[in-house]
Amino acid sequence: MTRARPEPVQVVKQRRDAALKALVDGVPYIGFLGVQFERLGDELTAIMPFDEKLLGNPLLPALHGGATAAFLEITSIIGLSWSMLWEEIESGVLDPETLTHGPLPRLPKTIDFTVDYLRSGLPRDAYARAQVNRSGRRYASVHVEAWQDNRARPIAQATGHFLMPRRDG
Amino acid sequence: METQKDKIARQFMEALPHARALGMRFTRLENGHAAIEMEYNTRFIGDPETGVIHGGAVSALMDTCCGAAAMSHPASPGGTATIDLRIDYMRPATPGQTIRAEAECYHITRSVAFVRARAMDDDTARPVATATGTFTVEGG
Repeated sequence: MTRARPEPVQVVKQRRDAALKALVDGVPYIGFLGVQFERLGDELTAIMPFDEKLLGNPLLPALHGGATAAFLEITSIIGLSWSMLWEEIESGVLDPETLTHGPLPRLPKTIDFTVDYLRSGLPRDAYARAQVNRSGRRYASVHVEAWQDNRARPIAQATGHFLMPRRDG
Repeated sequence: METQKDKIARQFMEALPHARALGMRFTRLENGHAAIEMEYNTRFIGDPETGVIHGGAVSALMDTCCGAAAMSHPASPGGTATIDLRIDYMRPATPGQTIRAEAECYHITRSVAFVRARAMDDDTARPVATATGTFTVEGG
């Protein structure tokens, strides 16, 4: 029994990172808020580095609820898109060159989004991870949590429903 | 009529760094009602294919508008924080158009303010999004 020799690790990593970069860089609002993504295998962690413009009440000071909500929604949409694209990136159906220079993949559309504010967001970096609980042909349900210094003490969580892009062909 | 308390609240809300970054402008703040306008900006785009504003920017607008409505309720001593906020996105906002949110604090207790809101572009007959939220009642 022989199996196909696995691809060199740097080739695999480069392909995955290029695909993620193309997905994230395509959305202006992600850049506006300064949100970045770190990838370990297929797991994504979103990072929102602290910036003055994310503050709500500057006297406390605390992150604006709207900034936190947007951070959670960005994490959900990228997480959901990433889980959709992962198979295609892995199988080589979708090459990062197409993602970077060709038409961008259609993103899921938010149907509804419910944010639960658990603690005041401190003027520090925030992190978030999304979990796709259901992803069908048309609809998806995603849960997302954001935290700062302490993973066990989330600052906010949210559940959203999304309309999946049509995948013709 | 904008009371002294409403005026202070409007100046405070407009000065919030995140509200300023998004260019929010209050057009109404009185008696548990708030209205805010946010001009179209290419930096707020969420869907690069269509140029439609990101839901997150609409969320920030709704959160600010609902919080302001809660603060401006006559029974509110002042401060507030969001407990929860649900947004339903009915349709994409038309690229290039200003988005206007209107919020109403329709019930308030000693501890909780209940608020609903809707967001519209130029076609005011068909809202872009609606929101319902609960807010803390603080201070006083």
